[in-house]
Amino acid sequence: MTRKQKRLAIIGGCVGFLVLAAFLVMFAFSQAIAYFYVPSDLAKADVPPGTRIRLGGVVEAGSVNRGDGKTVTFTVTDTLSGVPVTYTGILPDLFREGQGVVTEGTFVAGSSVFVADSVLAKHDETYMPKDVADRLKAQGVELSGKETIK
Amino acid sequence: MIIELGHYALVLALATAVIQAALPILGARLNDRGLMELASSAAVACFLLVAFAFAVLTFAYVTSDFSVRNVWENSHSLKPLIYKISGVWGNHEGSMLLWLLILTFFSALVAAFGRNLPETLTANVLAVQAWIAMAFALFILLTSNPFARLVPAPGEGKDLNPILQDVGLAIHPPLLYLGYVGFSVCFSFAVAALIEGRIDAAWARWVRPWTLAAWTFLTAGISMGSYWAYYELGWGGWWFWDPVENASFMPWLAGTALLHSALVMEKREALKIWTVLLAIMTFSLSLLGTFLVRSGVLTSVHAFATDPTRGIFILAILVFFIGGAFALFAFRASHLKAGGIFAPISREGALVFNNLILTTATATVLTGTLYPLVLEALTGDKISVGPPFFNMTFGLLMLPLLFAVPFGPLLAWKRGDLAGVSQRLFAAVAIGLLCGTAYYYFMNGGPVLALFGIALGVYLIVGSLTDLALRSGLGKVAGNVAWRRFSGLPRSAFGTALAHIGLGITLVGVVAVTAFETETVVEMKPGMTVDAGGYSLRFDGMRNGSGPNYTEESGHFTISRGGVTLSEVWSSKRLYQARRMPTTEAGIRTFGLSQLYVSLGDQINEGGIVVRIWWKPMILCIWGGTLFMMAGGFVSLSDRRLRVGAPAKAKRPKSVPVGAAE
Repeated sequence: MTRKQKRLAIIGGCVGFLVLAAFLVMFAFSQAIAYFYVPSDLAKADVPPGTRIRLGGVVEAGSVNRGDGKTVTFTVTDTLSGVPVTYTGILPDLFREGQGVVTEGTFVAGSSVFVADSVLAKHDETYMPKDVADRLKAQGVELSGKETIK
Repeated sequence: MIIELGHYALVLALATAVIQAALPILGARLNDRGLMELASSAAVACFLLVAFAFAVLTFAYVTSDFSVRNVWENSHSLKPLIYKISGVWGNHEGSMLLWLLILTFFSALVAAFGRNLPETLTANVLAVQAWIAMAFALFILLTSNPFARLVPAPGEGKDLNPILQDVGLAIHPPLLYLGYVGFSVCFSFAVAALIEGRIDAAWARWVRPWTLAAWTFLTAGISMGSYWAYYELGWGGWWFWDPVENASFMPWLAGTALLHSALVMEKREALKIWTVLLAIMTFSLSLLGTFLVRSGVLTSVHAFATDPTRGIFILAILVFFIGGAFALFAFRASHLKAGGIFAPISREGALVFNNLILTTATATVLTGTLYPLVLEALTGDKISVGPPFFNMTFGLLMLPLLFAVPFGPLLAWKRGDLAGVSQRLFAAVAIGLLCGTAYYYFMNGGPVLALFGIALGVYLIVGSLTDLALRSGLGKVAGNVAWRRFSGLPRSAFGTALAHIGLGITLVGVVAVTAFETETVVEMKPGMTVDAGGYSLRFDGMRNGSGPNYTEESGHFTISRGGVTLSEVWSSKRLYQARRMPTTEAGIRTFGLSQLYVSLGDQINEGGIVVRIWWKPMILCIWGGTLFMMAGGFVSLSDRRLRVGAPAKAKRPKSVPVGAAE
């Protein structure tokens, strides 16, 4: 190979690989990300069943029902509206009524119940997931530390 | 009084850093030896001052001096001593002080071991280090002063976040910072080279040990953090593609690329400009990681700070150093003489392939990490980018590299023989497939892709051993000759093989856990038995207990197999008194390389409890592999030719066959 051909081969290979990577990233962004909603967004946004989303808010006081032990149902609320959520598994240590929570999962076709496969309420007892706090604040709900929303 | 001395030492350290940042550069310009030599003594002084400040803060923690706000916020008199000490860096202010301590430590090391460097280079490198130290010392003093007093002093502290009350906190941050901040030396070398406008193969030889040391510690830090999260959080996961994890993973990927490109530069004088750029990028990613973790833009266990001025300050540091370095690069890179071109099929070509894939993979991780932040800033939409994204992009992109790894060391410099190397690796491929198939049948099926994943891991291990075997002429020459050749191989050859073997082992662990782990969530009453991974777990009952600063409820489980009782395991939920914060202490039992992982949920009526049981096959391979990588790093570091300041050997012994050069 001449010098020019060598350089061409190397540069061509690099560019080709980068283009492939860019395509992969764009494809993954169209497939594998989850949008974040609070309950009152859901009325406006039409989320098709089966689409993965994150649903955040506050666990409504008195809404937690442990059912047969493994499956838990509770309501996630942003004070304006609430969404019933079911989750099978162990809730995080810091999951509590009246505290912020982020759940991830999908709506099942023909039902208004959100089926979560992960529930995050982590790290600190005064912790309000930032996404939740921002949105609740935007809706005029005042939050301060451990405050409970009735 | 002593607290104020610590504060004062930190101010003095800042002043020393100012001197160290300004005068040596001037000295290098004016060719003034006196000014240049100032750099080394200033670097050592700066380190001693920061070390003193750090010792004072540690003293405040150990003696539970709650008149110091930082101690009051993060400590408790009942906390065990080890957590009082590790609690020093279990908070924002203290961890930034540790950051600075390690930065100045590396400067002092450069000053101590840099006697063989040209004096202008030493002066410039230490000056650039001082610029960074200056920025962070200012940051600490202006926004995050750990020595701030509290009047009147409270009687008791607020305690440390219980998740951090673990031996992991004593080990993980210092190791991680040794890696993270260690890359600052590479950065400083790169910027110094740009300032001088001169760079050669010797430069690469000086930079490589620093890169290698930083990389080794970063590997240890990340691996330790992963294992800590695995056993402490009780979620049974070992990697979540959390932005904070990515923040440490990106410098690791870029640093790995830097290790390999510096090799090309050292041996072949090629890829000079690229190596300089990569050194700048690696530390830039470290800074970006510090910003992401410390600014509070992300919510995570690492985000202690939510004060916006801190975020803006770190952002300013980030922009200054990254922007400044890239601007310097843009102006000066054309002054550096470009290296030669080479054939695509050669050792150099393989290393370029490695760099291409590693940097592209870094870019995809960066995109996935920053995209949610950018999108929110632009449109207000909140999204989460999770494991599916990274598996789809990072996972797929890394595959060709994993396959290519054993080819690299087998290809000759300048012009390699791809067909010949493929032939030599045939055995590795065959053994890999055999092991993959055997494991697949042993596990009674599963995803077929897992078979190939295991095969790839085993192929990596065998392929790396093949290189050592071929170099020592195993099977071609008599046994004792082969042994002599084997023991005469350069240390760096063993280092390479160990690190690549480690990669293979980690891959096997990742594939096995991902494909074959089982998870059972079950409601258990005393006496009930559940099967997992061929073992039976019997729940015996609950017990209440307490520790120095917590109370706990523990479940007792008996593990048996085929009716034979093998072992027992406790799994608990703790409630830390000071913060009224519950934590999960998972029960973990190891069988060979696999683990049973038991995590408790809520109690239900009649003494029953929800239990989550995982069977994690081969999971220890994940961290075991990283031990091999670290060993590889240390063995390479001990290679005579790399040892800082060691004079290069004139000629290598004749008995080493050609092609074994490196």
